[in-house]
Amino acid sequence: MTKMSGAQALLESLERQKVNTIFGILGGAILPVYDELNYHKKIRHILARHEQCAAHEAEGYARASGRVGVCMATSGPGATNLVTGIADAYMDSVPIVALTGQVPSSGVNTSYMIGRDAFQEADIIGIVTAVTKYSYQPRHISEIPSMVNNAFYLAGTGRPGPVLIDMPKNVQTGVADVEFTNKISLRGYKLITEPKPQKISEASDLLAKAERPIILVGGGAITSGASHEIVQMSDLLMAPVATTFMGKGAFPETHPMSLGSVGMHGNPAANRLIGEADVLLAVGTRFSDRATANLDTFASHAKKIQIEIDNAEINKNIEVDVAILADAKIAMRVLLQATKEKLQKGEGKAWTKRVKEAKEQLSPLLKDRPRDIVPKHLLAALRELLPDNGIVTTEVGQNQMWSALYLKALKPRTFISSGGLGTMGFGFPAAIGAKVACPDRPVVDIAGDGSFIMSEQELACSVTEDIPVIAIVLNNSVLGMVAQWQRTLYDRRYNAVKLGKSPDFVKLADAYGAQGFRANSIEEFQKAVKTALASKVTTVIDVPISSECDVVPFVPPGCGLPQQMGDY
Amino acid sequence: MEAGKTKIISVLVENKPGVLHMIANLFRRRNFNIESITVGPTEQKDIARMTITVNEGEKTVEQVIKQVAKQIDVLKVAELEQGNYVMRELALIKVKVDDSKERSDIINFVNVFRGRIIDVSTDSITVEITGAPDKIDAFLNLMRTFGIMELARTGITALQRGAKSIRIDE
Repeated sequence: MTKMSGAQALLESLERQKVNTIFGILGGAILPVYDELNYHKKIRHILARHEQCAAHEAEGYARASGRVGVCMATSGPGATNLVTGIADAYMDSVPIVALTGQVPSSGVNTSYMIGRDAFQEADIIGIVTAVTKYSYQPRHISEIPSMVNNAFYLAGTGRPGPVLIDMPKNVQTGVADVEFTNKISLRGYKLITEPKPQKISEASDLLAKAERPIILVGGGAITSGASHEIVQMSDLLMAPVATTFMGKGAFPETHPMSLGSVGMHGNPAANRLIGEADVLLAVGTRFSDRATANLDTFASHAKKIQIEIDNAEINKNIEVDVAILADAKIAMRVLLQATKEKLQKGEGKAWTKRVKEAKEQLSPLLKDRPRDIVPKHLLAALRELLPDNGIVTTEVGQNQMWSALYLKALKPRTFISSGGLGTMGFGFPAAIGAKVACPDRPVVDIAGDGSFIMSEQELACSVTEDIPVIAIVLNNSVLGMVAQWQRTLYDRRYNAVKLGKSPDFVKLADAYGAQGFRANSIEEFQKAVKTALASKVTTVIDVPISSECDVVPFVPPGCGLPQQMGDY
Repeated sequence: MEAGKTKIISVLVENKPGVLHMIANLFRRRNFNIESITVGPTEQKDIARMTITVNEGEKTVEQVIKQVAKQIDVLKVAELEQGNYVMRELALIKVKVDDSKERSDIINFVNVFRGRIIDVSTDSITVEITGAPDKIDAFLNLMRTFGIMELARTGITALQRGAKSIRIDE
């Protein structure tokens, strides 16, 4: 037992969790923690320029590194500004811990107490209940170490997600005896990681007999690190592998059996073959509507096996034949062994041929290299310049779907994008977070002009904190994805989508002390990317493109996966 | 959402602030409808039991149970086996009394329904009645003829029949 302040107890607890970075913005109700930070030099604080971005930076850090990201804000507006980032982390199962200041829970001057609508008071726990895995508000200093332990354990295990710790100011400043512990006290937290043998047996029966097996990989495979096992399973079964948007990177997209990502803007070969398969092995996916399109026609010829860590995701959107409640990596390892023992060699020739044929006919191939400055050529050019382990983040909209279609991800945790919530403004702060986690690797945000201006102020953070990232702005002067919907589904009745030519992104970069380039050709683009990769300075590359360039193919809402429209 | 009949879900939770909010919020967010909910401590004082009545189909109830079970402060959740539980609701009813004829009629009805009179004034009688909700409904229909001044119902609380229990150690 040691006497210390609540702020000190918090920071020592964070150090015990090996936290080395906090993304945040300070304010009155969190000042005691910031004061205490002066004495904890192992923790680097990165001053975001908006709390939402602090949360996205923590997400980018977490998704690039696999560790728990930490963000911090003051009470009231600081806390509510975090909410979009927290909701984003909840939808995409990203482990972050959000720390917020709170007005005092008690004190000498009782007019400043929680529940009295004090200055900068917000009921942040009430607000985030629906978008956090759990939240804590210590009422006594002695509770802090166990709450921090529990928070990191909850955030990072099982199906990861955001956990919030709301720190009343009097708990930060007060002094009490504190005891540190490694104990986790969560009797209601049911973590099941080992698969039931019976389920493995049923699943391996189906897989061993499958004539047209297909593997669908989601974000859970990346979280659990199951990539290696998935490659082995694909090789064993000669099964093609499609990923959901969140699963992109879990399977190398240069592998002959890779179909790319499935869904509304999925790769046509993936969308088509899922409908032809007789057994679907789904690994770590919740069958989001963007991945499945119409639920009734999704993989309708296939027996379905689902490996999933979250029991509530089993039979939620799609009814499956065999549900394996387990960690994806552990389950895949056991399933691989069981399937190997049952498999009859020498089958599946016809399916392999079909996969090859579908890929050739349906993939958005880049046979020619026209000079047009269109996203598919830009992204192919970027892939050639970026090392295999280079990290790509995206904003949300057309830029994101083009990246999913045309930018091959080769390794897990190298493609980071806001999938579930679809948060515009995510990519740039996420790139900053990823760069902090992986300082030796290039990090590129593929942006649209509409999304980029939602978090452009983080250029200041990137420059002043010396976190050099590259933003590529595919600048079509419109809010492109909604413009595309208005063009195709609303008979070109455009409304509220035109952004015009403002701002000038090169001058904007300059204003923030970053370097800006404009690329009017593929060659200029390649040159700008090369310069940016070599220079270790925050760079914005503005690439003017046509405002009528669509993301195709496109499965309209309500249609099944093979009902894609558009040439590609 | 598919139609269903009333199902009772028994939930053991950490007996601490915020848990009811979390459960209620979950039902709202997932678009599940609560018919009634009762909360109170159990034989272990750090554990509370919530008895939640829903009128949903099998598939929705499965989702309700899984989503509830996922909550960190939920220790155990189970649907009570259909037809194999005891359930009670309590109602307090204040009935208007105009004359002695009405007074004696009300007393007779209370006796038939095995209720209890817990307060009497010159113009009113307050009755306590327990039972299944349909019994309480029937009694309320009778009392409406006299005029109900005030009514409070607790919602259903229930336990599994026999030695089988919903406990955190079982």
